[in-house]
Amino acid sequence: MTDCLIFASLFAVYVVQRSATAGGPTSNELFDLPFVLAETLLLLTSSFICGLMLIAAQVKNRRLVIAGLVVTGILGAAFLAMEFTEFYHLINEGNSWQRSGFLTAFFALVATHGLHIMVGMLWLIVMIFRVIKVGITPATSRKLTLFSLFWHFLDVIWIFIFTIVYLIGVL
Amino acid sequence: MSENVHVHIDVRKKITGYCIGFAISLLCTFIAYWIVQQYVTGAQGAFAYHVIIPMLAILAVSQFVVQLVYFLHLGVESKPRWKQLVFWFMIIIVLIIVVGSIWIMNNLNYNMMPPADYMDVKTQRGGF
Repeated sequence: MTDCLIFASLFAVYVVQRSATAGGPTSNELFDLPFVLAETLLLLTSSFICGLMLIAAQVKNRRLVIAGLVVTGILGAAFLAMEFTEFYHLINEGNSWQRSGFLTAFFALVATHGLHIMVGMLWLIVMIFRVIKVGITPATSRKLTLFSLFWHFLDVIWIFIFTIVYLIGVL
Repeated sequence: MSENVHVHIDVRKKITGYCIGFAISLLCTFIAYWIVQQYVTGAQGAFAYHVIIPMLAILAVSQFVVQLVYFLHLGVESKPRWKQLVFWFMIIIVLIIVVGSIWIMNNLNYNMMPPADYMDVKTQRGGF
């Protein structure tokens, strides 16, 4: 819930700064929609698999849980890789966060989300090792539930990034 | 034995729930993407700008609600509903921050916007 406040503030900053391009590129010149759609689908599928993983944990199917975690992780990693590629291109073209208020807000918002995904990945790797070592005890189950809550939450945040930043951005 | 069957049905129900959530989310994403794509490419039958924004907002919010219900299982807990209380509190705070910021900053922009020839006037008068 406190995390929501961070994102709410960043969204507010972004919307306020959206037109502050300081003569630099505007949002509809920058974004590549099909690329972002692919990112969205990766994250959405990842969230879905994460939910299935949780069901596998409830029926105590250890192998399925590990498989679910691994797939979730791979999709998350693919998402991160795409986001880094996007940032790399933007910065290479001279449109880094120093260019304008709009880009500062954009990078702050999207990179914070990316950072959360990265932390989620770390958490996920730890969970894989825990499931392998300890098995699915009630404590592990609870930890898996918390992880999936976090992961779904990131997906929910991404819906709004996708809509507000990218879709409305290219209009 | 009967307990086993019960668990089995329960699991199937849960999986269906996730599948429904996933399908609706995908649908919302694709519709939103399609609407914008139509507009950007200037295809015929594309929606007008002022119609698109509310449509996108509706799609995003409905996807948000779908994911809350099907993925985060909001609204299925028993009384007292502490989670829902916290959730609505969060929504209120988030709305205050976002809507408040936009409102205040637009107001500031409106009130503080210097006239276009502000600088010229200043130099003509020889400064203040």
